[in-house]
Amino acid sequence: MNALETAVAVFGLLGATAAMAPARARALVAAALTALASMSALLVAAVVVHTHHQVQITSKSIIPFGGAALRLDALGALFAGLTALVAIAASVYLIGYARHHAMSRTASAAFPLFVTSMLLVPAAWNVMTFLLLWELMALTSLALVLSDYRRSEGVRSAGLWYAVLTHAAAASIALGLLLIAGHAHCQDFGVIAAAHATMTPGLRGAAFLLLFVGFASKSGIVPLHVWLPRAHAEAPSAVSALMSAAMVNLGVYGVLRVGDTLLGGGPQWWWITVTMAGTVSAIYGSIHAATSTDLKRLLAYSTTDNIGLVFIALGTAGLLHATGHPAYATLALFAGLFHLVNHSVFKGALFLSAGSIQYTTGTRNLDLLGGLLKRMPIASSIFAVGAVAISALPPLGGFVSEWILLQSLLHGLSTSTTVTVILVPLSVAALALTGGLTAAAFVKAFGVGFLGVARSESAAQVVEPPRLMNVGAGLLGAACIVLGLAPMVATSIVDGAVRSLEPGYVSAVRSRGVALALRGVHGVFEPTLIALALVTSLSLVGGLRWFISRRRSIRRAVAWGCGREQFSPRMTYTATSFAEPLQRVFDDVVQPSRDLDVSHQSESRYFVESVRFASRDADAFERYLYHPAFAMARTAARAARRLQNGSIHRYLGYGLVGLVIILVVSR
Amino acid sequence: MMAQSSAWVIGAGLVQVVAFVLVAPLLVGLMRTVRCRMEGRTGPPVTQVWKDLRKLFAKQRTQPRDSTVVFSMTPVVLVATTLVAIWLAPLLTTRVSMGGGSDLFAVVFLLLMGSVSMSLAALDTATAFGGMGASRLMTIVALAEPALLVAILALAAPLHSSSLAVIFATALHHPVWVATPQRLLSLGAFLIVILAESGRLPVDNPASHLELTMIHEALFLEYSGPDLALVVLGENLRLAFMLALLANLYAPWGFATAAGGWPILIGLAAMLAKLVVLAAVIGAVEVGMAKLRLFRIPELLAGAFMLSILAVVSALVIA
Repeated sequence: MNALETAVAVFGLLGATAAMAPARARALVAAALTALASMSALLVAAVVVHTHHQVQITSKSIIPFGGAALRLDALGALFAGLTALVAIAASVYLIGYARHHAMSRTASAAFPLFVTSMLLVPAAWNVMTFLLLWELMALTSLALVLSDYRRSEGVRSAGLWYAVLTHAAAASIALGLLLIAGHAHCQDFGVIAAAHATMTPGLRGAAFLLLFVGFASKSGIVPLHVWLPRAHAEAPSAVSALMSAAMVNLGVYGVLRVGDTLLGGGPQWWWITVTMAGTVSAIYGSIHAATSTDLKRLLAYSTTDNIGLVFIALGTAGLLHATGHPAYATLALFAGLFHLVNHSVFKGALFLSAGSIQYTTGTRNLDLLGGLLKRMPIASSIFAVGAVAISALPPLGGFVSEWILLQSLLHGLSTSTTVTVILVPLSVAALALTGGLTAAAFVKAFGVGFLGVARSESAAQVVEPPRLMNVGAGLLGAACIVLGLAPMVATSIVDGAVRSLEPGYVSAVRSRGVALALRGVHGVFEPTLIALALVTSLSLVGGLRWFISRRRSIRRAVAWGCGREQFSPRMTYTATSFAEPLQRVFDDVVQPSRDLDVSHQSESRYFVESVRFASRDADAFERYLYHPAFAMARTAARAARRLQNGSIHRYLGYGLVGLVIILVVSR
Repeated sequence: MMAQSSAWVIGAGLVQVVAFVLVAPLLVGLMRTVRCRMEGRTGPPVTQVWKDLRKLFAKQRTQPRDSTVVFSMTPVVLVATTLVAIWLAPLLTTRVSMGGGSDLFAVVFLLLMGSVSMSLAALDTATAFGGMGASRLMTIVALAEPALLVAILALAAPLHSSSLAVIFATALHHPVWVATPQRLLSLGAFLIVILAESGRLPVDNPASHLELTMIHEALFLEYSGPDLALVVLGENLRLAFMLALLANLYAPWGFATAAGGWPILIGLAAMLAKLVVLAAVIGAVEVGMAKLRLFRIPELLAGAFMLSILAVVSALVIA
């Protein structure tokens, strides 16, 4: 088993040599070795989950300051396994993608390293290893985001935002880990975990806050999310899928590992913070997803929304635990992790198929798409499967995880402590609002982008992408269906992860035939039965319609147009017009920047020559939080510049003053 | 209880399905008749909707040129999902409960599937009307859905269960429970959501054919023949089903708790009586109501959302 875990690292590092391969073979080498590393990781994860043994590797020599330590438990195995699943699909996809777009040397070296670092982060067992792998993940993903930097200004700006925020986050995480490692006088996670009882509440709280901020930024939690819709949208699609379906998970992993293993749970205010952050993110993300017109930006905002839901579940779990309801707490934890699994699968499928659309049409703007279902049925169907899953419609995976989430909150409600009475209804409201808005967002994405008529030349001429791209996306699409019809395949893996956090835990969900029954509380659910009933009912009603009209053909006719002379695709609803009512409702949150330019005829002001309207999605947090902060930094820098006017005499004076201060202080 | 085979449960569910398919169009006919009489008109007979449906079923199917399988499958999906919801829910007797199927959340998501499918089909027609209807419907659904889910939670939380059978049985056995604050508050939310989702006044005018005011009519403007018949039937079924849920949640009298032929018949009679009363009341109330401006509807739904959150909070405070 140790050999397998080593194989992950070895394959990954070997993958980086793809940079040396000839341009044509680069993507193939990088993807193949990445897939091998992922498969090894998947095997290790499976073994850890099924045998309850942990993989442990330590080496004194690889990393300075205490050596490398890897240890994969069931919690880590869940995250490593998920990453591996998405990475295998992304690798297959990448081979197809690179057939016509040769991969750059940097990108082909960064891709395997990025995946490998994500596979190993959940196994890192000391501070140094964790920080190194975390940083490797940040840097390689940054290089990948920037790999198309020539394409547009947007890519460079996304890279800059991402670089700044990810490093601020890494600094916060490093500081937090060093705080607790310093207290324990050892950087081994096991020793730190044993020492948490002797920490003062202030130290623990400070460490938790620092770490939470860092991890939340990686997960795209509001208000640290601003990099996410930019970077996830601008990155090459295989990378977007990995970032949105695997990398954000690691923020969740971090909060669990730190909050639970290293700091041994905490007071209520920790979990109130987590829940509130999740609530705000879920609502904010879903509103932006519902009003976005850029397909990948929409998906990125919905990642913020879904990870927000996971944080709500984690926060509620911590809260219920702190108020003495461990059984309900584990149910909430289970719900959160199960939703995370589903999110990885459907978001991976969505990003990969959205990438196929971008690949073939050259645009992500929904207003320029349309009619894709007819031109590229396979890629469109995969997107449809993902959209149904994410909208929590039966019979796919999202439906099951949304149900368990609702159940866990329902039972959290009934514990009736002061905090839960205030907080849980808020979470439920967020969950419910998110559900409706997500459905609206994906009706918009699929209805406008894939149905109807093409709104641009490139969308009208489009054909299916290379087959391997569809295979890669289809792998995850199939997983959505499996998770919906037989959720039991994933529940045991999630159970293992929960058990590694709560040793006495017995599975929250047991399967009774085709039903999922919640343990300890009243709640039975039969996704398979509902699916079966749906199929029966659909075929009965469909059969009836066929029988009734079997003798008459279907007439194809022009749609009713109020007596118009000519039809143009511009007359149909676009994503912008579709989202307009919702944008109006949530005007305070969305605040799009609008430009209206009306030029009049020179003869008379009553005749308009042309009207130009431009609207751009803007992020309120960017405008009201980040831009003022940047302005302040700029003012401070300008003030500091006065100290430095180039005069050598002044610098010598500074030296003298500094020396005097040091002498006085150290006397 | 154990002796009742699954065949019995499935069979009883089928009785519900058949009864609702027969009754739903008549209910809508009744609403129209009540409205006409109150406005001093004679109006069509109650059975007019069925006559229209029969006529439509005999016609040829038509499909817009640019549309896809989404357009042609939507009428089927709309009817099929509603039928599954009716089959799963215990509407006549508590013993019809399909175990895990009769979950209130599951029922809500089944109905959501119908709305999503309708919106997609409307966008598939590639007309401005279709897009308009879809956009408006999804706006309403996005805001009505949370109100509905939270209202359900207010009912489910004190019972620790979201199973319809448990909620109905409790309502039946503890009549006082019906009048608790959380139930009255959630009743308000439920009513608004039902009116919004089924396209009744003051959210949408079912009799309107004016482009700028319509929502549901715009959605299925392109349907004709058997497809239109299925869409109308599906919409009627949804309305009847939601009214039936409302009746059982807040007025459970006559709802059977035993198995067998007679209890089912009694349950059926009670359900019919309640549906007739509800339909007549809605028809009568609509006479005195005007349609809201489209951009006032979100305020109405936000009101429903607030009511349901208050319901949850009061449920917790009282517990």
